[in-house]
Amino acid sequence: MANFERFNPIPILKGLYTTFHSTFFEPVVTVQYPEEKRPVSKRFRGRHHLRRYDNGLEKCIGCALCAAACPADAIFVEASENNDDVRFSPGERYASTYEINMMRCIFCGYCEDACPTQAIELGDQYELSFTERVQAIYTRDMLLDTVDELEKATPRKVEPGAFDRSIPMMENPD
Amino acid sequence: MTEVLEEKTTKLVNLTIDNLEITAPEGTLIVDAAKLAGIDIPVFCYHPKMEPVGMCRMCLVDVGMPMRDRDTGETIMEKGKPKIQFGRELQTGCTVSVSEGMVVVGYTEKVKKGRQDILEFLLSSHPLDCPICDKGGECPLQNLTIGYGSGESRFDLEEKQHLAKHVPLGDLIWLDRERCIQCARCTRFQDEIVDQPVIGFQNRGRKLQIVTFSEPGFDSYWSGNTSDICPVGALTTADFRFGARPWEMQASASVCNQCSVNCNITFNTRREAKSGGDLVIKRAMPRQNEEVNEVWLCDKGRFAYTSVKKDDRLTQPLIREGETLVETTWEKALDLVAEKAKEAGKEMVSLVGGRLSNEDYFNINQLTAHLGGKSLLNSEMAGGDLVSQVGLGTGSNIADMGQGDAILIVASDLEEEAPLFWLRVKQAAERGAEVIIANARETRADRFAKYKIRIAFGQETAVILSMAGAKEGIAVEFLADDAKVKAAAKVFSEANNAVIYYGSDGLGLSGSEELSKACAFLLSETKHTGRPNNGLVAVWNKANLQGAWDMGFRPSETLAADLKNAKFAYVVGNDPASKDILEKSLKDTDFVVVQDVRLSETAEIADVVLPAQVYTEREGTYTSAERRVQRFYPAVPAPEMTKPDYKITAKIAKRLDLSLEKIAASLVFLDLAEKVADYAELDYVRLAEVTEQWPIIGRDDLFYGGTSYQNTQGLGKQISPAIETETIKYEAFVPSVLSKKDEFLAVPVTTLYDRGSTMLSSEVLQPRIADPYVILNTADAEKLGVEAGVQISVKLNGKTANVTAKLDDSLAKGIVLVPRSMGIPISDPGSITIKAK
Repeated sequence: MANFERFNPIPILKGLYTTFHSTFFEPVVTVQYPEEKRPVSKRFRGRHHLRRYDNGLEKCIGCALCAAACPADAIFVEASENNDDVRFSPGERYASTYEINMMRCIFCGYCEDACPTQAIELGDQYELSFTERVQAIYTRDMLLDTVDELEKATPRKVEPGAFDRSIPMMENPD
Repeated sequence: MTEVLEEKTTKLVNLTIDNLEITAPEGTLIVDAAKLAGIDIPVFCYHPKMEPVGMCRMCLVDVGMPMRDRDTGETIMEKGKPKIQFGRELQTGCTVSVSEGMVVVGYTEKVKKGRQDILEFLLSSHPLDCPICDKGGECPLQNLTIGYGSGESRFDLEEKQHLAKHVPLGDLIWLDRERCIQCARCTRFQDEIVDQPVIGFQNRGRKLQIVTFSEPGFDSYWSGNTSDICPVGALTTADFRFGARPWEMQASASVCNQCSVNCNITFNTRREAKSGGDLVIKRAMPRQNEEVNEVWLCDKGRFAYTSVKKDDRLTQPLIREGETLVETTWEKALDLVAEKAKEAGKEMVSLVGGRLSNEDYFNINQLTAHLGGKSLLNSEMAGGDLVSQVGLGTGSNIADMGQGDAILIVASDLEEEAPLFWLRVKQAAERGAEVIIANARETRADRFAKYKIRIAFGQETAVILSMAGAKEGIAVEFLADDAKVKAAAKVFSEANNAVIYYGSDGLGLSGSEELSKACAFLLSETKHTGRPNNGLVAVWNKANLQGAWDMGFRPSETLAADLKNAKFAYVVGNDPASKDILEKSLKDTDFVVVQDVRLSETAEIADVVLPAQVYTEREGTYTSAERRVQRFYPAVPAPEMTKPDYKITAKIAKRLDLSLEKIAASLVFLDLAEKVADYAELDYVRLAEVTEQWPIIGRDDLFYGGTSYQNTQGLGKQISPAIETETIKYEAFVPSVLSKKDEFLAVPVTTLYDRGSTMLSSEVLQPRIADPYVILNTADAEKLGVEAGVQISVKLNGKTANVTAKLDDSLAKGIVLVPRSMGIPISDPGSITIKAK
């Protein structure tokens, strides 16, 4: 037989109240991931992007300063020569190989800081999963932003002499 | 440290630099004295190998001198110390030499401000595109700006100059006009050091620019060095354009194998995507060795690495099955080779080229001796045995030669055959050494030679014997009366130290042998043997021919017959079949084994082909023409199935019951040192020893000496000649006179940029290769109706070739110069017929 004298219903009612209250009166906080995603914070550091100028040319000049700054040695860059007939980026030099090993990357963002042309930026994407190690290596084509118009794609032929500076000109301080 | 400089002058002075009391030889410049003391004075235009000019003003220091009483001349004392009076203005440390009691200060606000301002001026038009600059990371301007700059500019950035950034100064050097800071190091190098002022300044002030005067642009064998000493990224080399950032590469020490100087180099390597992630050589840089190449390299040596291609390498042993060569295993190939070698026994011949390492030569020679065969060398120069007797004495350094010394160059176009020898002899001439040249044609060495004896081709031996004086039994005296020869002979015999460089200009094997004997005799007669800076240097045309001679290989006059009669030919690291006559005899050889890195013409007709390793993939030693034994180290990994030559030989030997070392090159060398007397005191550890060198180059301070590498991996050891005192006997003989049955006599000469495999397979050097040509006398050409630059047809040794005609006034009539490895095979002087087209 149950000992009714010693039965105290208050704690269990408190618990039921909490459930009742949060179910009907509190806002829903559960996110239905992956159907639903929460926006990331402004300073979130996700998967890298190689950015382009408005004219479609690649900002990256293959200087490898990102690779030099990388504490995890995750970035491998090789540069090649650029000219007006086959132009990837302004100036003489562009990155012909650009690889980031996402398994090594610790998403510290030093590469962003080191970049003299703001070509590399850490974006919002955090869903990086791989079934093979080799998939963790993001190549230049995977990292480069896509272009919205075909004529902005690189490499392309440009008018001679229009893009002779790799690094945007310095401006006088005000 | 100071002893390096002390040797040259006796008087020392005491001075203070940045409160540090130091002693330096009188006449030392302040920047050098500071460097010796370990104090940095920043420089851009000053280079320790060149005369100071004080152009960049970066080395500003405050210089004070002890005050003297005007009446008595005594030093004025103040608080027990001499009273120092500083100048009103700052002085350039690179143009002021040290003196007793001098006080140099480089840390005051005044000095700092001075240097800051200079940097601000220099940067006022510098593009600051360091991220894309090949010099970025090893750039003196970058480093000194961080160390001494103010961090900001007061100049209007709008007024920065914008100039051409992509100017091909020559085929090998790119110029970025914006980056140049007008220090004139490059133009001074070309003018002062290599006497080829093909680049220079144009315009003045802010408009000043570097231009080239030559056609083709920057036509010099030395152009790569200007990019090493350029303190900014204005001059960069074509091979390394955007190749890699300096900090990304590994460095491995090596020795250049393009000629017999054996310059010390450092290979910079890095993984490369287009090679499938393999480690590849990205560039070759000089490595300081003040007794060999100082801090310089010739362009061929610098860019030669670009000729090594991965695709055309042999990677598997091949075995002949009928008409074709099929891949096989090492076991099968080696078993077959051993079986055939055993059958041949004494009738085996091993034929080696001139670029193997000493360890390879040693093992191959041991194997050959075991079987009782012949160890032959595929070379058209002789005299290595004499060099080992009367070669340079231990401790020789051409940089020590000067006033009172003599250097004789005979039958050699030194700059074409061994560029660094040319440079070193030139510098000796500038220090006062008497240079005697006995050549049959004009060469660039004539410009600094005091005695120029113009001989005819074929008279090389005669002129040397004439200089030795008339001796009983020597038939030639026909030049002894010549006043020039007499004068030269006197200078040579009276010199404190004397060195002979003999080359292969116009000589075949027999001519070379006669000449080497005559040279050894002259040295022995004049007692110029067995001492430092005395002796014979053979200007070999391959890197390690001296090593091959030392290990027991000899060239053969009857090579074709030797191969024909052999039952088994073991051909290592050379391509005899590229010569028709040898190809024919090789086809008669019963069994041919080729051990090489590429499928050469000989390999194509071989019965077994064994894949070896390139010298950049393995360890070993070379012996230079000055008999300096130097180590080279592996820089890149070798293809999986290949093996170093000494190991392959040892594996064959094992099957023939001969035990040879095969584990490591260092162990082979120990065996070698035991059996080859001259090498007795050497081992790999001793060869890796380094001593302090002056100037101090290649450490953190790239601004001082350029981007040459510091030598931390070994300066090598010079081995002593076997005979120190004994004299060389000269057997009476009549030198062969070049017979001229026909109208024209073709003589072989060497040119640095030939059409050999190095040049042809290097994309960087390719634009510098000339079309096949011969050089004719202008008068002869006129008679034939041939103009300069036209195509003519020549017939030599039964082979006809179409070549370009070049003309030369100074050439003797009836002589046709045929460059070696230029498309027309030539080994000895001989008749040639020429037809105008």
